[in-house]
Amino acid sequence: MSDSPMRTSRSEWGLTTPSFVWLLVFFAIPAVIVFLFTFHARTPEGGVGPWSFQTWRELVDPDYPAIVWKTLRVSFKVTLWSILLALPCAYAIARMEKRWRAIVAGAIMLPFWTSFVVRVFAWKTMLHPDGWLQTCYHAYLHFKMWVCAWFSAPPPAVSNPGGCLLGLSYCPVDNATTTILDSEAAVVLVSVYTFLPFAIMPIYTAAEKFDFSLMEAARDLGAKSFYAFRKIFIPGIRQGIVSAVLMVFIPAIGSYVIPQMVGGTSCILIGNKIFDRAMANRNIPHASALSVLMAVSVLVPIAVVIWWRARQNARDRKRLEAETTRMMTSVATAGGVA
Amino acid sequence: MKKSKISLVILGLVLAFLYIPIVLVVVYGFIPNGITMSFFDSNGAFIGFTAKWYERIFTGASSVQPLVDSFWLSLTIAGLATLGSCVLGTTAALALHRYRSRIQTIHHALVYTPLIMPDILIGISLLMLFVAVRVDCGFATILIAHITFCVSYVVMTLLARLQDFDDRLVEAARDLGAGPLYTFFHVELPILMPGIVAGGLLAFTLSIDDVVITSFVNGAGTNTFPTYVSSMTKHSRNLPAVFALSTLMLVFTCALVGVAKLLTRRQQSLNTNKGK
Repeated sequence: MSDSPMRTSRSEWGLTTPSFVWLLVFFAIPAVIVFLFTFHARTPEGGVGPWSFQTWRELVDPDYPAIVWKTLRVSFKVTLWSILLALPCAYAIARMEKRWRAIVAGAIMLPFWTSFVVRVFAWKTMLHPDGWLQTCYHAYLHFKMWVCAWFSAPPPAVSNPGGCLLGLSYCPVDNATTTILDSEAAVVLVSVYTFLPFAIMPIYTAAEKFDFSLMEAARDLGAKSFYAFRKIFIPGIRQGIVSAVLMVFIPAIGSYVIPQMVGGTSCILIGNKIFDRAMANRNIPHASALSVLMAVSVLVPIAVVIWWRARQNARDRKRLEAETTRMMTSVATAGGVA
Repeated sequence: MKKSKISLVILGLVLAFLYIPIVLVVVYGFIPNGITMSFFDSNGAFIGFTAKWYERIFTGASSVQPLVDSFWLSLTIAGLATLGSCVLGTTAALALHRYRSRIQTIHHALVYTPLIMPDILIGISLLMLFVAVRVDCGFATILIAHITFCVSYVVMTLLARLQDFDDRLVEAARDLGAGPLYTFFHVELPILMPGIVAGGLLAFTLSIDDVVITSFVNGAGTNTFPTYVSSMTKHSRNLPAVFALSTLMLVFTCALVGVAKLLTRRQQSLNTNKGK
């Protein structure tokens, strides 16, 4: 611009100051306050007392590490399920005609026009012991028991419902006590429901740019559909998958409304603990310390992704090309042998 | 070429999964019994649908009045937060787009970090700020919180838009003697308007839907629609009214988006005609 440096700098200040000051005061400074509060003791009235390391010593309270671990485990399950469901969806949408793509992508985002709380609440009503999903769930459990009896396998020991990777585990069917509501499985289910569109969208955006003729080429050379999907499509949209993982994992770590509404007392995550400590028992140093733990568990994966992206971007294209060529050669050779 | 059937089937199931609760929201709005949330009486006989919740919402019956009030409060806060975050977001985006200085690096970090922070951390840190400076929570603190988390989304939307912005237009205006303010209001703002509208819509949606941050900074007695609903879910006889109101909102938003689509389509066809 043809301005003197003095003038440019004045307009830079004019444009920068409002948002800079606002975010400094209402975002950066509060974050520092939270961090500082962890080095204070609490007062009986629920305020913040003198400096002390008491809070950090109290964090080893056996409750907290278990809750952090549970939060990470639930977030991991939610992310895994969301990505597993999002991949075929994004693939299917990207393969549609252009007109249909816009419509289906819109249809995936449409549920967001209903209030989040209301949607979670609709789930709560559905999962209620008198609800119809409960009936389906019992039917499923009975079926599982029946299959188990059929193979005369010893019934597996009853332990932590929702302990296995997929969120549903084996328990004897007792209609009164076996409910989906107020369990970890319910939290995983409703979280996947809530975050799934956030997983589909970045993967779909990446898939839309993906050159599908690569897959056709692989198939022409004799690769099976799923093999091509796994070896060409998935590496091709890697960046989209990574974005999707972050888009799901971060809100899942921070979620507290969903466990509160459908997890009951059996699925208390860090978010719930922070809310309880801050609002119900007014233990502000503890709430702050848990928040710092949560921030760390969010920032670590992000730092890893940034590092990975920086490394990948440099040789991404080259590598994809090399991999594709190698793959095609091997497929072609295999086809030749057959 | 052969299309993958399996992925289409999964897509269909996922869409059904996404829409089941929406359908139920609409259906639950017609439930006669607000205590059992059931269409059946204690003998298992079907009672039938009712429109009484809609009637109560429209006539302002006292049982649903707090719900309707919270809804208007949500609309007010979302409107003001949109306005505030659009102003802050536009200046921030222009600054980030135009200048490359050390201050802008910090500015950039300040704008983008809230996007990657879980809502609950923004909520609790604002609560700590208000505790530290001894401010009572209420309308003002909710508004401040909403502007804070909406700004980043507006900036993100606008920066994407600014990538296609032709900076020579500004230079041309300035060369022809226009002052910086005049240039801003007559050249940049009109070009950026679609981006500001898109960012504003995003901010509005996020603000009206936010429950996590609001529940930290709302203080006692000030409830937006989402926080009121989540406080209602424990024991309330008026739950179908929540679903009825949500159905109304859904219909209204769909209509609004439909109209907007039609208008942009007409605008586009007008533009193409002009081009010819």
